[in-house]
Amino acid sequence: MTTTHLELTGVDIEFPTPSGPFKALDNVNLKIKKGEYISLIGHSGCGKSTVLNIVAGLYQATKGGVLLDGKEVNEPGPERAVVFQNHSLLPWLTAYENVELAVNQVFKGKKSKAEMKAWIEHNLELVHMTHAMHKRPDEISGGMKQRVGIARALAMEPKVLLMDEPFGALDALTRAHLQDSLMEIQNELNNTVIMITHDVDEAVLLSDRIVMMTNGPEATVGEILEIDLPRPRNRIELADDPQYNHYRAAVLSFLYEKQRKPEEGGAAKPAKEKKLAQDVQDTPEIAAVSAEETTESADKVKAA
Amino acid sequence: MSHSSTNLFSPVLAIFQSENPGAALLNFVKQLVMPVIGILVFLLIWDIGAKNIHTSLGTFPGPVQVYEQTIGLIDEHQAERQKEQAFYERQEKRNAKKLAKNPDAKVKIRPYTGKPTFFDQIGTSLVTVLAGFVLASLIAIPAGIMIGLNQPLYSALNPLIQLFKPVSPLAWLPLVTMVVSALYVSKDPMFAKSFITSLVTVSLCCLWPTLLNTAVGVSAISKDLQNVSQVLRLSFMTHVIKIVLPSSIPMMFTGLRLSLGIAWMVLIAAEMLAQNPGLGKFVWDEFQNGSSNSLGRIMVAVLVIGLIGFMLDRIMLLIQKKVSWDKTAVLR
Repeated sequence: MTTTHLELTGVDIEFPTPSGPFKALDNVNLKIKKGEYISLIGHSGCGKSTVLNIVAGLYQATKGGVLLDGKEVNEPGPERAVVFQNHSLLPWLTAYENVELAVNQVFKGKKSKAEMKAWIEHNLELVHMTHAMHKRPDEISGGMKQRVGIARALAMEPKVLLMDEPFGALDALTRAHLQDSLMEIQNELNNTVIMITHDVDEAVLLSDRIVMMTNGPEATVGEILEIDLPRPRNRIELADDPQYNHYRAAVLSFLYEKQRKPEEGGAAKPAKEKKLAQDVQDTPEIAAVSAEETTESADKVKAA
Repeated sequence: MSHSSTNLFSPVLAIFQSENPGAALLNFVKQLVMPVIGILVFLLIWDIGAKNIHTSLGTFPGPVQVYEQTIGLIDEHQAERQKEQAFYERQEKRNAKKLAKNPDAKVKIRPYTGKPTFFDQIGTSLVTVLAGFVLASLIAIPAGIMIGLNQPLYSALNPLIQLFKPVSPLAWLPLVTMVVSALYVSKDPMFAKSFITSLVTVSLCCLWPTLLNTAVGVSAISKDLQNVSQVLRLSFMTHVIKIVLPSSIPMMFTGLRLSLGIAWMVLIAAEMLAQNPGLGKFVWDEFQNGSSNSLGRIMVAVLVIGLIGFMLDRIMLLIQKKVSWDKTAVLR
């Protein structure tokens, strides 16, 4: 378990623009072990999604590169399955057929028809979607769509599961449900996961390590925080846990003190800032405890 | 209640089921009674207007004359059918006699060569328009997909498409006629030359809307779905069948319906000018004939052409509703 599974080395990326190349990422280095759950957190526009897209193979790094099990990544493939922010299910296929498309693609010739059917149903069961598996995306809720998106990614049996703000578009309660489901699945499968998030609680609750990124352009890895909390984790117990709150405070302090967005940048994206501040204040409602620490971190935000 | 306005009875049911019969009744009036009033007013204006237009072929036909001519055309058609049947019966009797005298005699059934009636012409026109439309679609849909998927190809072909799109069928017709005469030579042709000429002209004029709309639909596929396709490493064919085709279906059908409408208009003009069999020829023949009935018969043809065009569009709409995956979309 100490060997590196996925490795990003000196990754730079430049996008051509009419006014010259725009350097979005500068020298990103990251080593991920097998079965590790990594969160990427940072302000919007810092290139988190770009990192994910490079690992997925959808973007090519200008300099440096990505190694997965010692092999270079230079094109997309099902061994690096992606859960997209807005589910990206094919709207003309049912939940079952959406998963089936992926399973056919990955296991054609390796599994029999009956085995494939069982595998599709097994994955839909993992995300608790068996009851609606023959419904099309427009007939199910946003949270259910995202569950199917996760089932589709899991069904590819990926070496790395990439999640681009998987719960970003969902309301707080649905998000909490899905996070719990994801932890449950993770207990069973122990996948290697890279997840992008804006949500500090989500990052601390789910991750083994939180990778905090500096502001773009020329963004890079700022700090890496090890989350040494025992699993399985319970959000209600953790809400009162000093260690948990210490981790939260560390991430908040990185985001709002060390990497505070400059005024003009902040003005451009006020909604995101507000949302994060809102998260801090919303915590007592979700967890029903730990008012003290929360106020403390909220104060920090105000001070910053 | 159902949102579909195609169901004629839903507003009637709504009156009885609704908690607010007054509003439902008003809705019913709007949905059914207003169109009827529109038609009645039109008939009235037509009748009054027609009486005051005097042409060299007599008074312009009003609704009553048109109705009489419709009956006349139906009678003519039935009379022609009886003649045809009698013609074949005579032949069969003659052949039977021949065979009775000499069992080895060679017998022949000669085809009936009577004048095509109005309804025969409708049939010819429908077959031609559908053949031309199908040919155009078979070219336009794959071509549209290729162009939509390939930006350089689109840039290369766009000027040509824009150039040929507005060309009138009448401009193509002489060229098509000459080319068909030159290239389509066979002793025992499967189709008449006039049919091929009409078909090619119709196809040339009606393939553009399908081509362009398919190309636009294909190039507008969301980036997310393209990413999904890439992550799954779908092969080109699977990508086209599973992702490109379904997501461009709405735009494709917009194009197909425009194409079919154009095909129908073009066909009538082409038949008229080229003397190809069909409704266009019927109109032209009646015009040349110049009897006192001619204007009435032409008016019947005008209404039938309109009605068929409308029905063709409704059929396309039904197919679209059947094929469309987005059952919530409002299609009209």
